[in-house]
Amino acid sequence: MASIKGHKSTEMGLHEEVLTGRTQQVFFNPEESENFFYHDAYDVDFNKRTEIDAKDIECLDINRKIKELMSQGYGTIVIKNPGSKHSIGVGILNKLNLIVEGSLGYFGIGSVDGPNVRISGRVGWSCAENMMAGKVVVEKNAGSCFGAAIRGGDLICKGSVGARSGIDMKGGTIIVGGDAGAFTGFMMQRGRIVILGDVGPNLADSLYDGTIFVGGNIKSLGADAVEAEMTDLDVDWLKRKLKVAEIDKKVDFKKMTKIVSGKKLWNYDNLEPTERKGAI
Amino acid sequence: MCGIAGIIHRGNSNNVGGEMQKMLQSLKHRGPDSTGYALYGEGESNNYILRYKVGENVKEGTTAVKEDPSVYAARRKEVDKKINEVGATIHDDEKITDYSFRYVISYDGDLLDLAKKIESVEETEIQSLGKSLELIKDIGDASVVADQYSLNQFSGTHGIGHTRMATESGVDIRSAHPYWAYPFSDVSVVHNGQLTNYWNNRRALEAKGMRFLSSCDSELIAVYLADKIREGMDLEEAMKGSLEHLDGVFTYLVATKDKLGMAKDTMAAKPMVLYESDDLVALASEEVAIRSVMPTEIDTYDPYEGEVKVWQA
Repeated sequence: MASIKGHKSTEMGLHEEVLTGRTQQVFFNPEESENFFYHDAYDVDFNKRTEIDAKDIECLDINRKIKELMSQGYGTIVIKNPGSKHSIGVGILNKLNLIVEGSLGYFGIGSVDGPNVRISGRVGWSCAENMMAGKVVVEKNAGSCFGAAIRGGDLICKGSVGARSGIDMKGGTIIVGGDAGAFTGFMMQRGRIVILGDVGPNLADSLYDGTIFVGGNIKSLGADAVEAEMTDLDVDWLKRKLKVAEIDKKVDFKKMTKIVSGKKLWNYDNLEPTERKGAI
Repeated sequence: MCGIAGIIHRGNSNNVGGEMQKMLQSLKHRGPDSTGYALYGEGESNNYILRYKVGENVKEGTTAVKEDPSVYAARRKEVDKKINEVGATIHDDEKITDYSFRYVISYDGDLLDLAKKIESVEETEIQSLGKSLELIKDIGDASVVADQYSLNQFSGTHGIGHTRMATESGVDIRSAHPYWAYPFSDVSVVHNGQLTNYWNNRRALEAKGMRFLSSCDSELIAVYLADKIREGMDLEEAMKGSLEHLDGVFTYLVATKDKLGMAKDTMAAKPMVLYESDDLVALASEEVAIRSVMPTEIDTYDPYEGEVKVWQA
């Protein structure tokens, strides 16, 4: 485990508070290579490819099969006939190319850290919830709570998404090619959301931090959400990210609306500085 | 949690009984306590189809009181008498279970009078009274209920259904969905969610003479819509009004003789997935239900908050 003594985060003043009691915090140190992988991660080869026909298999067995194939070194796995079943592809803490030929139900690709996932169909509620790292591309539409509480990675929906996308988001990027529903970015704490189409009511309600870019119309802003000026840095970042997202829609980035937190919420102002760091 | 589903064929009939059974069975995990179907068949031209029950299904876990089945026959006789008294004629009568019956009747008087007469018989409840609607609900999953009532080959244009997880009221047929929008023929409702201003609305509607059979909040939607239709509103207008007057989180489906509609609350807190083509519209709480009748890859989407949609058969 990396020590926080002399660590850059300590120098930045992120650990000035006196900690009491037991802690199980593990701090990331990029100099320690083992931190890039989980201790039981499989060494997979992306050129080794196989398929799973999910037609008559329950989701638990599909997920077990994915693990089993990774343990055999398969780095590219294609899931055929997913039939909108729930919870497919959850808990993958490994590098992997996962290709889903069809649609997923609720909680697909949740709690993942590292895989590169492509879904040719649609996804139900809470796709990629709690994602730590990796890239997930959905070719069609997505249900509500798309990317709820993600910590990192790129989550892309080329179609439209339901309500509460990016709720409680703590990092990473969500990119939506179409429209988004109500309460997008609700209680978002860090990271970026890009919506190229229109957005429903209460955008960024109770936003702690983070940035939301909107290409279309905004029905209404939520509490504490305010418009900010688009900068050249924002435009550069958007150009790069949309290229990564493989969205070749013509966008006038300068005309996009940028939404940030007004930081006027009563509970935000009442927080001590160290508590604010904890909150974000 | 509860699961709801609906399907409507545009311009033609199909085996909607079998389709709804598959859709609802795939939503069993959302509600295993009871299942209900509101199916719209070819109808009986000018006659009404009456579905009613004179007792409850008593199984393990249900809240109903076990009765001696001999009381059912006596109650049925009493119902027959009441139907004759109001000037209606019974053309066909069928015993489906010990406590549940299907009649074909002709009647040209006021439906409310007929309904009140029939329900004046002890423990008797009308499930549906319409020219094409047949409303069936009972304890058990979709397959159990479909087998019990022979629904797997029911031909019609559209249907809605519900799998119930009992939360705020008992496990019995009375609290199962769908609800018939008493006293309007051919109007039925299924609902997923919770209504928080149930009692305020119920008291107001009861004061206007509307009747409630259960204490299930979902019944309020059916009664609310019935009241608005009674006042002369069309279905879509009444549904839009419901989004303002009903408080809570909900998605509901409503069907009439030739229409199917959906409404989603302004928070969009309850799920609904929709597939729409030139031939049919299918919608359900989860896409897995739509896949059960359309296994090939299709484009589906979630309706947005505060959305009301109505489709014609």
